[in-house]
Amino acid sequence: MNFDLSDEQSLLQDTVRRWAGATYPGLEQLAAARGEPLGFSEARWNELAELGLLALPFAEADGGFGGGPVEVLVVAEALGRALAPEPYFASVVLGGGALRLAASQAQKDALLPGLMDGSSRLAFAHSEAQARYDLQDVATTARPVEGGFRLDGRKSVVLNADAATMLVVSARTSGARRDDDGITLFLVPADAAGLTRAAYPTHDGGRAADVTLADVFVPEDAVLGAVGEALPVIERVVEGGIVALCAEAVGLMEALHELTVDYLKTRKQFGVAIGSFQALQHKAVDMFVALEQARSMALYATMMVEAEDAEERRVALSAAKAQINRSARMVGQTAVQLHGGIGMTMEYIGAHHFRRLATIELTFGDTPFHTRRVASETGLVSVD
Amino acid sequence: MDLRFTPEEIAFREEVRTFFRTEIPAEIRAKVSEGRKLAREDYVTSQRILNDKGWAVPHWPVEHGGQSWTAVERYIFMEELMQAAVPLPLQFNCFMVGPVIATFGNDAQKQRFLPRIKSLEDWWCQGFSEPGAGSDLASLKTRAVREGDHYIVDGQKTWTTLGQYADWMFCLARTDPAAKKQAGISFLLIDMKSPGITVRPIITIDGRHEVNEVFLDNVKVPVENLVGEENKGWDYAKFLLANERTGIARIGMSKERIARIKRLARTTPAGAGTMWDDLDFRSRLASVEIELKALEITQMRVVAAQATRDPTKPDPASSILKIKGSELQQATTELLLELAGPNALPAHRDDAGHNDMDSLFAWADTAAPTYFNMRKVSIYGGSNEIQHNVIAKAILGL
Repeated sequence: MNFDLSDEQSLLQDTVRRWAGATYPGLEQLAAARGEPLGFSEARWNELAELGLLALPFAEADGGFGGGPVEVLVVAEALGRALAPEPYFASVVLGGGALRLAASQAQKDALLPGLMDGSSRLAFAHSEAQARYDLQDVATTARPVEGGFRLDGRKSVVLNADAATMLVVSARTSGARRDDDGITLFLVPADAAGLTRAAYPTHDGGRAADVTLADVFVPEDAVLGAVGEALPVIERVVEGGIVALCAEAVGLMEALHELTVDYLKTRKQFGVAIGSFQALQHKAVDMFVALEQARSMALYATMMVEAEDAEERRVALSAAKAQINRSARMVGQTAVQLHGGIGMTMEYIGAHHFRRLATIELTFGDTPFHTRRVASETGLVSVD
Repeated sequence: MDLRFTPEEIAFREEVRTFFRTEIPAEIRAKVSEGRKLAREDYVTSQRILNDKGWAVPHWPVEHGGQSWTAVERYIFMEELMQAAVPLPLQFNCFMVGPVIATFGNDAQKQRFLPRIKSLEDWWCQGFSEPGAGSDLASLKTRAVREGDHYIVDGQKTWTTLGQYADWMFCLARTDPAAKKQAGISFLLIDMKSPGITVRPIITIDGRHEVNEVFLDNVKVPVENLVGEENKGWDYAKFLLANERTGIARIGMSKERIARIKRLARTTPAGAGTMWDDLDFRSRLASVEIELKALEITQMRVVAAQATRDPTKPDPASSILKIKGSELQQATTELLLELAGPNALPAHRDDAGHNDMDSLFAWADTAAPTYFNMRKVSIYGGSNEIQHNVIAKAILGL
């Protein structure tokens, strides 16, 4: 049992933290990046490519660095701390995750070089408005036609879809809307005829789009993985996403907790620092306890995401996400409360951490959803 | 980073698990699991079996009967012990006075006391708290006045857990009334058969006799029973309390209770089915399981960090374990009580001779006393509010 990072992982952590800290030292830099048309700066994205971060999770044989879940944890946490707006999560973790798990060698050869050098980006177009968090709920259809498929449907809140050159789209090749079987993943170029993206900013300072597919043709070699058998791939992509979200949330909570404790030490009322009041001290301690519980579960998720047993993996990841969600809400709300009025303003950077934490809660399953999943399976404590 | 146990650690876990479940009498383990009262003999029987195996005090120095286990192995040992519902080795002996004598006692004291401490031939109780000295322990008033080759001790101790069984008490007493608070306190070993000692039961909110008041009236204590130096007792007490906090999260106990709740829920009728079909109940149970898993990992992080820490200094992170661990222990007793429902109301059916009933709800008799009793865990060992103060000061710098 060992909770230490390896030398290489520590180096990676230092590198990403230093880059993120220098690039986004405050709200001004963040606002400038968010003001760009795609919500981030291409120049910064290229810096991530130069640092090798875009190639991190891909196999060395494919030109990547062969990073595993711990590397993803380190990067997501460091980017999260700084509220970095680059689409690392959408493109590398989710889109890249789908490629890693399901792409043929030919597809990897065609797509990975551009993805790793920053010249192309992916988006994971799976979620639909009616599905909430049920991954098997897919209404979008793919009809087999001469030489390929034709896709129809509407994907909702696809993260950073406007920045993507290629979309990973899930569609039903058979079965009813909520069947487990019959879902297929397709690689669809962003400029495909019949594909439209209605993009908008999201409440966490990021961007997303609703993607409409109207009779979009894709050739047979656009199929990612096996026809009709995509659900297990989608589940694993989302599990990888949950690990990254957990780590990002820990980075955000850590930064927010530091900001809050700092504020308690410097803000004066009644002639003393407000941190001398026990009522506020105990709230700050409760934040700290919630943060450490979340940190533990982010580590647990990192460990369990590669477990062989699907049910064991599912329960573990759900437990982790439920804990992160609960901690995120508690830490976020308490930070705002302890800051008082200033915590309510967009001029204050902590408010941005709070908003991002709130959206993380609603991404890939909220607390009741994941708690129910833990309750519906064997759970974490076996009966013996 | 690798959070898995090594193959050796897994083999060790199997070894201790099998031992607990085959060697400790099932009847004693059932009493622990079901929250029934343990007799003095139950504690003694269980601890003797551990002691014969060399496992009563694995965390002690090897020369006094400890094992050269790693922090991880010690952690596994305690977790498995709790999950098997084995009574904890008597805390006052094994985790409190034993380590203090082993660390600060003289050779004569070590030879005289340590073997009998680990075998439970001597039962020890703790003489720290007083009516006026709870969280503010250093304000204690019990006096020890030196007269020739002995001290005369006068005062009152309280919350003396299982003091009714005790042969000996380790006691904090003021030896220098002029010194300020923490200075001027000494650590004395007192024979409970000494003239002038009166033990009065306190019946706690669970209706049981677990704690006592102890009155000391002109009690003669030989000077040879002073541990370490006179007026340095506070240092030894701090060392002892740091030891007490090790493993205070009691994660294994909470797991054991959750497993029991899951078993009982499947046979507890509710509506047209059982409590297991009540998804709201199951969700709340799952919420506790999730927090408990997080705490288990947090505890493993603290254990892993112990390898590089000074073991005589308390780790402020252990305050997290105390706060969360006690909250979760209490949460499991609330779920158990909820599961019992109205069948939790009968009191003392076992004492009244009704324990032969083959009722589906015989187990429910102890649900309320367990719930009542476990309110203590957020109070003892440094109340949770004190733990908040520790973290605020030592970790957050507030």
